[in-house]
Amino acid sequence: MGISIQTEDFDLAAELAALRASSKNVGALVSFVGLVRDFSGDEKIENIYLEHYPGMSEKALEKIIAEANARWQLLGVRAIHRIGTLHPGEQIVLVATAAQHRGDAFSACEFIIDYLKSAAPFWKREQTTQGVEWLNTKDSDMQRMERWDIHQITGQGDMQ
Amino acid sequence: MKINLLYFGRPRERLNTSSEIVDVPDNIATLGDLLDWLRNRGENWAHELADNRVRCALNQEMSKSTARIRAHDEVAIFSPISGG
Repeated sequence: MGISIQTEDFDLAAELAALRASSKNVGALVSFVGLVRDFSGDEKIENIYLEHYPGMSEKALEKIIAEANARWQLLGVRAIHRIGTLHPGEQIVLVATAAQHRGDAFSACEFIIDYLKSAAPFWKREQTTQGVEWLNTKDSDMQRMERWDIHQITGQGDMQ
Repeated sequence: MKINLLYFGRPRERLNTSSEIVDVPDNIATLGDLLDWLRNRGENWAHELADNRVRCALNQEMSKSTARIRAHDEVAIFSPISGG
């Protein structure tokens, strides 16, 4: 199980090969890669800037992965989140899961990325042709999070 | 009472502050009190730290405004998270 927060890009094939090699029982590998889009609505994205809360972001990811391990039978998890300035088409985030069976690998991968978006302290600032804007959590991300029945204070809802 | 403050995202940029140590008066007991106290710094602070614009973590755990703060706590103030 590994967590990395880094400015450098990652090699998806190398990451999956390492995860696959972690156990001879791996029967299913699932990966999600988040990429920088080229348009935000009608506005062309020039770049995005990502920052995180050092210390808390690592702890939050560890907690999310521990919760995934409690819910599904997993053989390995790899999570990479990039920070700094990224351009359209670049990779932002990787979540990869290994399990004996695909059901566990699929569900855990989706759970981890949904949970990450609502509880891990990362912030995204978009630079478009219209200017600069810090993004708010999307309603659609909150709805995806709610499906997993997680009872905790997240970084997106109202703090009242 | 001394509190270690950290800022991330929009308020960090707009208030041009990433960290500071503040010495708050004794009547500041909760995160909500702390935010109110910081809003008194001026119009820009009141605007950027409005309830609907910020979230907080207390000692690296997401927290509500009713959470009690103690001396030397680490309080982070940030815009809604948007990673992934």
